[in-house]
Amino acid sequence: MIEETAITKNLVCKTPAFRLLPLGFCAGCHYGIIFRLIDEVLEEMELKGITVCIGGGGCSAMGAMAMDVDAFGGPHGPGTAIASALKRVCPDNFIFAIQGDGEQGAIGLGSFVAAAVRGENITIITMNNACYGMTGGQLAPTTPLGMVTPTTPEGRDQEMAGFPFHGPELVAPLRGVAYAARGTVHTPANRQRSKKMVKTAFQKQLQRLGFAVVEFICACPTNWRLSPVDCARYIEEKMIPEFPLGEFKNVEKNEG
Amino acid sequence: MTERILHTGNDTVARAAISAGCKHYFAYPITPQSEIAHYMARELPKIGGCFLQSEGEYAAAYMLLGAALSGERVMTSTSSPGLALMQEPLSMMVTAEIPAVVVETQRLGPGTGTGGQQGQTDYRFVTRGVYGGLHYPVLAPYSVSEIFEFVQLAFHIADKYRILTMVLTDFVLGRMTEYLELKTFDFGPLPEKDWALKGKAHKGGRSNFLFTVTGMMLDITGFFQGQQEKSKRIIDSETRWETYKTEDADFLIVSYGYSARMSKGAVNTARAQGIKAGLFRPITLWPFPREALQQEALKAGKVLVVEDSPGELVEDVELAVQGRVPVHFLGIQARHIARAEGLILPERILQEVRELL
Repeated sequence: MIEETAITKNLVCKTPAFRLLPLGFCAGCHYGIIFRLIDEVLEEMELKGITVCIGGGGCSAMGAMAMDVDAFGGPHGPGTAIASALKRVCPDNFIFAIQGDGEQGAIGLGSFVAAAVRGENITIITMNNACYGMTGGQLAPTTPLGMVTPTTPEGRDQEMAGFPFHGPELVAPLRGVAYAARGTVHTPANRQRSKKMVKTAFQKQLQRLGFAVVEFICACPTNWRLSPVDCARYIEEKMIPEFPLGEFKNVEKNEG
Repeated sequence: MTERILHTGNDTVARAAISAGCKHYFAYPITPQSEIAHYMARELPKIGGCFLQSEGEYAAAYMLLGAALSGERVMTSTSSPGLALMQEPLSMMVTAEIPAVVVETQRLGPGTGTGGQQGQTDYRFVTRGVYGGLHYPVLAPYSVSEIFEFVQLAFHIADKYRILTMVLTDFVLGRMTEYLELKTFDFGPLPEKDWALKGKAHKGGRSNFLFTVTGMMLDITGFFQGQQEKSKRIIDSETRWETYKTEDADFLIVSYGYSARMSKGAVNTARAQGIKAGLFRPITLWPFPREALQQEALKAGKVLVVEDSPGELVEDVELAVQGRVPVHFLGIQARHIARAEGLILPERILQEVRELL
């Protein structure tokens, strides 16, 4: 039997103080892991008191709703425009937006790229689950070639739906972008690497270096119609070859 | 003595906003109101404010929303097609009760229209509220002085009720130059913005979230009841109108915006000719001054609606009058020339009054 003191001694991180529990994500969804990870980073960097989180529409809104920071959410796609303006009006606040891949690569693509072009001093967390999770798993800009979705019943075909969208790589060459990276949480090691990415991305905002984006590849067992374990395999075999992990840009000082 | 200056309507929109303490403005260029953006781009940086030219009207209204989350006074301005692009964010702001001011300098016609010339073809568009069944207040000035007052009043109403508030002008009002008295206004006390998102450290460690997802609310009927009660408070306290020479009038003209200015001229000429005409001018288009209009209409016995459109305000007038007196309509076909530069002039309005007597 483990004594209570032993647990306290080995405490590496407090349980996030979520405002709403349970989170409401499907079993095996990676969103819960990612929100906890973000919460840990905010806690460790002592940012919670000054943070405003801009959630999107869809599953990511539930995470924003749950986190114990000031938050706004609901609209699908314009998170970068909302965050840009709030950050300009409140430069001493820490502002980050959570976007789904459809928000970033389809309906909100204009605002995503425009904010990156302007070099807005905000942080974007992208949830790439290769589909529109909440609406039934339809084709997203990030759906891998061949993946079957309700709107690509024969699998994504580049003749019809083009090739998968790569958000971080798209904006990385822009001069206003300070940081662009992609991670996953499907293994503990990857989770820790991704946490470091989030931390680095958050630091760029504190250093006022410009736009930062971290994309997470995440499992959507419900819409992929795979078990959580098979989802992890799918990420290894299909997602990572299409969406390489790592940092695409990391600037240490303003390009001016 | 109050300073008196010559100012255009569009410049006055910007000046009034700054006078009201608005330091942040987001917009995308569109004729005939881009002068507002020019003014803001020049003046806001001087007072530590934020001017940001967005990537489109949809983004401009979302920037407005984002900046308004801070509790600061913020504004955007646009013209008809731009306002169409703003509809989603405006509904989001009404839903989450995020106050801000939108100035719509309406331009003629559907589609791209005339590319930004005069007309009053957005009345129905702005008075029926946002998608989702909720309204927002709309103020309709008819002079540069009123633009100065109503933009400031709009900020007050927005903060008082936590609601998006609109000021509706048009090409003529925006582009005309008039004397303006730089009066200061005191509209009364306002509630504290304890809902603003500035980080939970500002609120003693208590975090707040503002959501537009009514589906996640536990009490949908309660949400609508709260909104309906707010609407009622606005209807009861903020409904505004002006009457001009209606005391003994036996002919009532109803008009707003630039055509009300023309109608006032027609009333003056009619009076000089011994015709007892009067003008009823709704100032809030929502809430519409239904009861006041019905009383004046019943008193006069005859109503003529003048608006530079195919007929939009006339619908609200008919609803107010409820068929109890005849309602006539003088619309866009009454322009002095058929082209985009056409106007409904006082002489034409007077001619119509004479024919209907």
